[in-house]
Amino acid sequence: MSERTDYLDLDTKDETFLDATELVLNMGPQHPSTHGVLRVILKLDGEKVLGTECVIGYLHRGVEKIAENRTYAMFNPYVDRMDYVAAVSNGLGYCEAVEKLQNVEAPPRAQYIRVILTELCRIASHQVWLGTHALDIGALTPLFYCFRDREEILKIFEKYCGARLTTHAFRIGGCIYETYDGFEQDCLKFCDAFLPKLDEYEELLTTNRIWVRRTRGVGILKPEDCIALGVTGPVLRASGVKWDLRKAQPYECYNKFDFEIPTGLNGDTYDRYLVRIEEMRQAVRIIRQAVDGLPQGPIMAKIPKVLKPPVGEIYHSIEAPKGELGYFIVSDGSTQPYRVRVRPPSFVNLQALDKMVRGLLVADVVAVIGTLDIVLGEVDR
Amino acid sequence: MLDAITNYLYSSATPGEAGSMFWATIYILLITIGVSLAVICMNWLERKILAHMQVRLGPMRVGPHGLLQPFADALKLLIKEDIIPQDSDKLVFWSAPVVVTMTAFTTFLVVPFGREHAVTDMNIGILFMLGVSSLGVLGIIMAGWSSNSHYPLMGSLRSSAQMVSYEVAMGLAIVCAVLMTSLQTGTGTLSMIGIVESQAQQHTWFIFKFFPLGFLAFAIFAIAMVAETNRAPFDLPEAESELVAGFHTEYSGFRWSLFFLAEYAAMLAVSSIAVTLWLGGWLRPFPNWLSGAAWDTAFSLVPALTMFVLAGLCLLGVVRMPKIPQMKAQTLGLLIFGLLLGFVGLVLLVPGVRERVQDIFWFVAKVAFFMYLYIWYRGTFPRYRFDQLMKVGWKILLPTGLGVLIATALWGLLPQLSSAVFGLLGVGGVLP
Repeated sequence: MSERTDYLDLDTKDETFLDATELVLNMGPQHPSTHGVLRVILKLDGEKVLGTECVIGYLHRGVEKIAENRTYAMFNPYVDRMDYVAAVSNGLGYCEAVEKLQNVEAPPRAQYIRVILTELCRIASHQVWLGTHALDIGALTPLFYCFRDREEILKIFEKYCGARLTTHAFRIGGCIYETYDGFEQDCLKFCDAFLPKLDEYEELLTTNRIWVRRTRGVGILKPEDCIALGVTGPVLRASGVKWDLRKAQPYECYNKFDFEIPTGLNGDTYDRYLVRIEEMRQAVRIIRQAVDGLPQGPIMAKIPKVLKPPVGEIYHSIEAPKGELGYFIVSDGSTQPYRVRVRPPSFVNLQALDKMVRGLLVADVVAVIGTLDIVLGEVDR
Repeated sequence: MLDAITNYLYSSATPGEAGSMFWATIYILLITIGVSLAVICMNWLERKILAHMQVRLGPMRVGPHGLLQPFADALKLLIKEDIIPQDSDKLVFWSAPVVVTMTAFTTFLVVPFGREHAVTDMNIGILFMLGVSSLGVLGIIMAGWSSNSHYPLMGSLRSSAQMVSYEVAMGLAIVCAVLMTSLQTGTGTLSMIGIVESQAQQHTWFIFKFFPLGFLAFAIFAIAMVAETNRAPFDLPEAESELVAGFHTEYSGFRWSLFFLAEYAAMLAVSSIAVTLWLGGWLRPFPNWLSGAAWDTAFSLVPALTMFVLAGLCLLGVVRMPKIPQMKAQTLGLLIFGLLLGFVGLVLLVPGVRERVQDIFWFVAKVAFFMYLYIWYRGTFPRYRFDQLMKVGWKILLPTGLGVLIATALWGLLPQLSSAVFGLLGVGGVLP
């Protein structure tokens, strides 16, 4: 494992304290806390991290290439497999991008349904993040609490479209499924039940001295660094930059809802934790408003049976739970896209890892990987 | 022969005192089996309790309520392939788990489960226990180094640094307790049995002595012992999310199970020290408040009652089992287990047995409380980082321990000190 130092492009400026031999530690791809198959090569001085090198691609499935051999509608289920803990958001981004290319808009009812499901999905994604992040830092219990409550969201998904994880809930032009009987009540019931549960998570962690010590001041990202690295999502907002695509470039019907964008001050792991917790509260607010204002009407726009978008290209991005999820689609006027390029938030956020962990300890590396909230399916695609 | 046995049993002397090698062997065997059984029970209880804390059920399939799960796991570990990594130092790799297990079990030589239920009453008992239990770190370093792999090496380095640092605070806390045996009575002792007897004579458990000093010393020990046994929130040497499995990453099968056994035996051992030093060892609770022969008899019935309650729980489980053919074996198993517990309870009612066993019961009950605390910590706390762990050890526990030690000594000497001061003043003619 230590032989392959040719990988490493690490600066050697950091003189070690005792001038001891540096240890090159290969973390992953099979490691309990690299969230899948991320491989991080760590250069260590004792426990201190001198530098890191991420090796990705262990889960590369060529999703973007597959798109070139599928029709627009056929590619739709594939995007669910990228960020598999937030499949609904992926589908929303893709459907909207194609709709923009085709120049159609989903009817209001479809938009509301999409918002409800996407925000539910945001909560589910953040719950997975919270559970695994806490597990990385050594707290076992929040994981089970989170998964218990996430179950309710998955049940709503299952009732709505039959799938729990890779939902394929939306179609280009709107939604294909009408809401089931009791959908609104289920959503409201979940919202009512979830807020106390959220307090329960916070009770375990927010004021826990060990948790605060393990996260405060760890992996600090300055706002200018965030912008230079292209980091988005909660990681960017925790550094104090108030940038959320739902407000900045409203898509769907987000401009009809009243919600706030939580931001942090220090850009450390603790702030990112607080921002995501608050985002879950805001998501509940949005869901409640959307369920209350759910209009009647069609759920599918008038689109041709065989989709042949006009020649052109489009970039459309949405605020996925992990950050800006963008789709760049080039159409040559045929039934299949000429090129699809995905801008995955996880991949871009992962690039901040090295900047964040230099000078910290090994234990902080797993905390930082956890706080970046990466999903390797999305990093490698 | 029978006379020899009954004579010994009625003599109320430890095998060490009686100088009997035969009885010492019997006791050692009993303790080894007992500790192993306790580890098995602990395994099941930890999984069940942790599971219930985390809103899940835990093992439910092997035996009724997963009661046979630890045995199934042990069997699985025993029949696994024995793997020694190619580039490891084979001899050291082989001997490391043996060293760890031996040291963990050897400490039980001096643990007094009752006035006469100890293998021997060493006059340096507590020192012996500390010395032997800190040898365990040697085995951990051996395991980490001989594996010739990075994660075990880092795990074992963390472990050794942690154990060495926390032993200092632990030692200071223990000195406090030893000091308490000598104060007011005049004769101090390092013997484990002597320490408990001294608590009986002083009519107080040391946790309540010189309040809050006794409690503080106990708290320091209680924190240090968690660190000493590498358990959450100080489980850095085997931090799963960082170091995969720490020092035993390269171990599998039976060798791994020895590490597991040793870890739990060490937990039991340090809990025994805590119980002996601060919680009155085998003494029953409320000896001052609820005193008298009637209360003594009432308390001696508690072991049997506990067994009956457990048996009752099992029978309740039998009644509540789903009445379907698939659950027949499980229901029968639970019924047998419940009846077994009930039978043990009946045996514990027999007067001769009752008197001899109640000491062991109270001791075990107190140790079980600490075991529950271990599980509770694991369900509640995140893990410390290494520098923070060191900070807690050296910057908080060590100064507090020193302060408590000095304060205990001063408090204990208060009568003598005050008379000395007044005497001096009297001589100087300051006081009339």
